Amino acid sequence: MPADTALPNPAGAAPAGGRELIRLDQVTKRFGGTTVLDRLDFTVDPGKHVTLIGPSGSGKTTILRLLMTLTKPDEGTITVDGEQLFPASEKERREARKKIGMVFQQFNLFPNMTVLRNITEAPVTVLGLSRDEAEVRARELLDLVGLADKCDARPTQLSGGQQQRVAIARALAMRPRVLLLDEVTSALDPELVAGVLDLLRDIARSTDITMLCVTHEMNFARDISDQVLMFDAGRVIESGPPEKLFGDPEQERTREFLSAVL
Amino acid sequence: MNWNWSTLDDFLPAFGHGLLVTLQALVLGTLIAFALGLVWALAQRSPLRAVRWPVTAVTEFIRNTPLLVQLFFFFYVLPEWGLTLSAMATGVIGLGLHYSTYTAEVYRAGIDGVPVGQWEAATALSLPRSRTWTAVVLPQALRRVAPALGNYVIAMLKDSPMLMTIGVLEMLGQARQYGSRTFHMNEPIVAVGIAFILVAYPASLLLRALERRLAR
Repeated sequence: MPADTALPNPAGAAPAGGRELIRLDQVTKRFGGTTVLDRLDFTVDPGKHVTLIGPSGSGKTTILRLLMTLTKPDEGTITVDGEQLFPASEKERREARKKIGMVFQQFNLFPNMTVLRNITEAPVTVLGLSRDEAEVRARELLDLVGLADKCDARPTQLSGGQQQRVAIARALAMRPRVLLLDEVTSALDPELVAGVLDLLRDIARSTDITMLCVTHEMNFARDISDQVLMFDAGRVIESGPPEKLFGDPEQERTREFLSAVL
Repeated sequence: MNWNWSTLDDFLPAFGHGLLVTLQALVLGTLIAFALGLVWALAQRSPLRAVRWPVTAVTEFIRNTPLLVQLFFFFYVLPEWGLTLSAMATGVIGLGLHYSTYTAEVYRAGIDGVPVGQWEAATALSLPRSRTWTAVVLPQALRRVAPALGNYVIAMLKDSPMLMTIGVLEMLGQARQYGSRTFHMNEPIVAVGIAFILVAYPASLLLRALERRLAR
């Protein structure tokens, strides 16, 4: 991976092997008596942008949380780039997890650190970059997200849209192979949504980072997705390219859902 | 009431020694209470029940028995088992240990108050557990609870005269010693009372200002 570009996996860099990057096999997740994911299988190929849609409670966010190891499956296996996340030892899980980055609905920036420090903290402590290297990378990323002048600001001094752009830069600073986007515009004021989505479109276009995205922004999903998965009650009930799924869905349930949100 | 300014003059050197001892006990007691309280708070979050359970038992026990009884126990009973410390050391450890069980609760509340999203962001960045604590969770928790910790420092100041009972000559001890030697009790006692309020009241105003600042 070239060290002189801000973006992870710049377009053109060959992905490792031809196999799928993410694989879920028979994954079941229950919360109390409710089955949120029911023997779910799916795979994501390297560089693909996959959007998960469906009614709330259908298990979309749970998939992202499982991949980020924020919660554990009750059954099944999950692998990322050939390395097992579940079942795995804590050590193996820590290694595999480094390939994944996540952007949260509520940004979750560290309020006790400056913007710059938010971005350099993990590259320094986890990847072992020197502080200088990490700062160079952080400044490039801040430039990319349009906040080069906010290095020394505190997160609380930024608007929601700016905070979310810092959070995107923070996730990219770890050069993950997969970026998980969990309803990243849901907490934003309407006028700030477009800026964040434009940035993500940009990143989707100019890198070969794999994206897994839960969103209610159907236009955004249509723009960036290679594949859309429709969830209902813990299962994928329909999947396909966005033109097909949004234009001519096969399932009645998908049609109902789309007419309710579009 | 009998009041003699020259008595006050006469008491002044002893008072100075007492004030110094009170402040020493307060500073050392605070260091112990702050450090040990954090140890208790972290131990109570241990995944191991064998760690959690004894710590909870010990801290509950200490918090729910009087400081005075604990001081007597450390000073009169522990030497029977071969552990003899000076009065000052006993007093400082007793004060610090007693208040560590309160600061532990303060830390606990502060740690619980850090949003779960902060832990999740740390996991998403693969920060090691230790780094998550020191760089993310504790700085936020401590900021939140600084005023509450400060209140316990003031409480410790006001409990420091108990050290007199095991022979530590802090302010009140000096006053009583002076009184029993000269039969002038009024002036020293009033002086000590005023000294306490001169320290405690500005400190509490300072804490309130800090609280307002942190709340912004």
